[in-house]
Amino acid sequence: MDIRFPIGLLFVILGFILAAFGLFTMNDAELYARSLGRNINLWTGLLMLVFGGLMLLSTRKKKK
Amino acid sequence: MVNNFTLHLIDYAIMAIYFVFVLGIGWALKKYMKSSSQFLEGGKSIPSWITGLAFISANLGALEVFGMGASGAKYGLMTAHFYLIGAIPAMIFLALFMMPFYYGSKARSVPEYLKLRFDEKTRGFNAFSFAIMTVFASGISMFALARLMEVMLHWNFHYSIIASAVIVLVYTYLGGLKSAIYNEVLQFFLIVVGFLPLVIIGLQDVGGWEGLTLQLNDVAVSKGFEAGTWTSTWKYLGSAASNPMGVDWFGMFMGLGFVLAFGYWCTNFLVVQRAMAANSMSGARRTPLIGALPKMFLPILVIVPGMIAIALMSRAENGLMLIGDKGQTDYNMIIPSMLVHYYPTGLLGLGITALMASFMSGMAGNVTAFNTVFTYDIYQSYIRPGKSDNHYLKIGQFATIFGVAVSIGTAYIAANFNNIMDFLQLIFAFVNAPLFATFMLGMFWKRTTGNAAFAGLIAGTAAAALHYSLTIAEGKGGWLAQLVEYPSGMAQGFWTAIYAWSVCFVLTIIISLFTKQLKTDDDLRGLVYSLTPKTYDEPGIPWYDKPVVMAVIIGALSIAITILIW
Repeated sequence: MDIRFPIGLLFVILGFILAAFGLFTMNDAELYARSLGRNINLWTGLLMLVFGGLMLLSTRKKKK
Repeated sequence: MVNNFTLHLIDYAIMAIYFVFVLGIGWALKKYMKSSSQFLEGGKSIPSWITGLAFISANLGALEVFGMGASGAKYGLMTAHFYLIGAIPAMIFLALFMMPFYYGSKARSVPEYLKLRFDEKTRGFNAFSFAIMTVFASGISMFALARLMEVMLHWNFHYSIIASAVIVLVYTYLGGLKSAIYNEVLQFFLIVVGFLPLVIIGLQDVGGWEGLTLQLNDVAVSKGFEAGTWTSTWKYLGSAASNPMGVDWFGMFMGLGFVLAFGYWCTNFLVVQRAMAANSMSGARRTPLIGALPKMFLPILVIVPGMIAIALMSRAENGLMLIGDKGQTDYNMIIPSMLVHYYPTGLLGLGITALMASFMSGMAGNVTAFNTVFTYDIYQSYIRPGKSDNHYLKIGQFATIFGVAVSIGTAYIAANFNNIMDFLQLIFAFVNAPLFATFMLGMFWKRTTGNAAFAGLIAGTAAAALHYSLTIAEGKGGWLAQLVEYPSGMAQGFWTAIYAWSVCFVLTIIISLFTKQLKTDDDLRGLVYSLTPKTYDEPGIPWYDKPVVMAVIIGALSIAITILIW
């Protein structure tokens, strides 16, 4: 088993959930009062999506 | 106000998805678990970037996340010593000089190496003390995990204990060491992504590094130290009185940097086991070096939040309160409290998941080290030798269940005694500090005899206990008399280790000279430096994969970081 696959998949799924939730709550000032008004759900979600995507991509290249 | 938080569906969903993956990895590896070596040693088949991350992730349990966050608040940036001088030189030494003997010999565990190099009693002493330490360490992580579930999810404490025990048991029982290692890598990335936003937002809140420095200057002055003490590492180590840790440069260098670091990173089977699971000799040697790279940057994730917290808490209007605050400051709860303080719904779920992941890796790491030592060094040696491999596979699986079950007991002990963490770290120091003297002499001086090693180890451990009984720090120790008072428990621990190591080192040499070497040079081939050929790595590896090259890069980088935060 290539561990990069489950890691990539988990990060893509969680990243998607967080980013989507972040987009959905874009104008919810109350929710983001804790995090100094920054939509950190969106940012962290996007970061996880990119990382997870790269992990998944690296498993692909190897199979060729 | 901080304690007012509620978790929503999305937070629970993130946790649930993570647990599906954790169990799924164990389940997917189940089909490979056909022999005891697959189950207990990972089949020596794992690439070094994976074992390298597992090498540091297995440590990143409750003791580290709680302990380093708390120390960040109490001592400031000085805590980073545990990640630089207290880790990197020892990791480099393990990779370059010691790993060839662990990986190259037939030993399947650290105690087994002691048996091959010295004798049965030295192995027995190490195997039993190590087995006891691992179930305690695993119980502490389990206790921390259950406490977290109780505080954050409002679960019943007893159910939380059972739930965390079942999850860890399932994935280590199904997939053995490999499953633990794979999950440690997953957990490592999760911890990074779960804690990083905390540091970024927290730093912004206090006005960046500059702002943090200014606020910590006030904190330092209010505690009677010079302004920069909370934001420097070596600058105020000239004398023990000028820094909050109460340690001078010699105690730091010898106590932490030499005895404790080398004793921990080079002889603790919990970490060494990860390297021994690598797929080649050079891979095993690269493991600590690959682990060393992220290790140097971990202070950003675990220490800086503690520093931010102490800065925020110095002004009540910031509203940071520690969870579980019952009138007294529980520094252990700094990271969970900071998560709740800054994270909105969604990210909060991820942050809690990262914490849970950290505690589970702490548990699983100890359980997988325990079952190997139990099976090979206790059961196969003293209870039933000479059975079929299938029999030992079954015993390994049984030992996994047994280890988790005993950890539940130790978790309750931890729940009932407030300072169990301090006590345990003390025991680690008693056992690990002299052990490094034994290994150093055993690996590099072929004249060292089994009787000397055993006597030295016992004497070193006794010296540690005696030193602790005769000195006092923060009201601890001094059971017999209070000859010396140290300014902090940390200073006391460092000096305890220095004495223990010195007694073991000197005594082992003297007794070796007066006892007969029972092992022939042939017995010691592959176990002692002077009797082993110096070409360790398999031929044909590219220059950038060579352990020596990586060691030079890691060493240079760690020196650069040390100077940067001097």
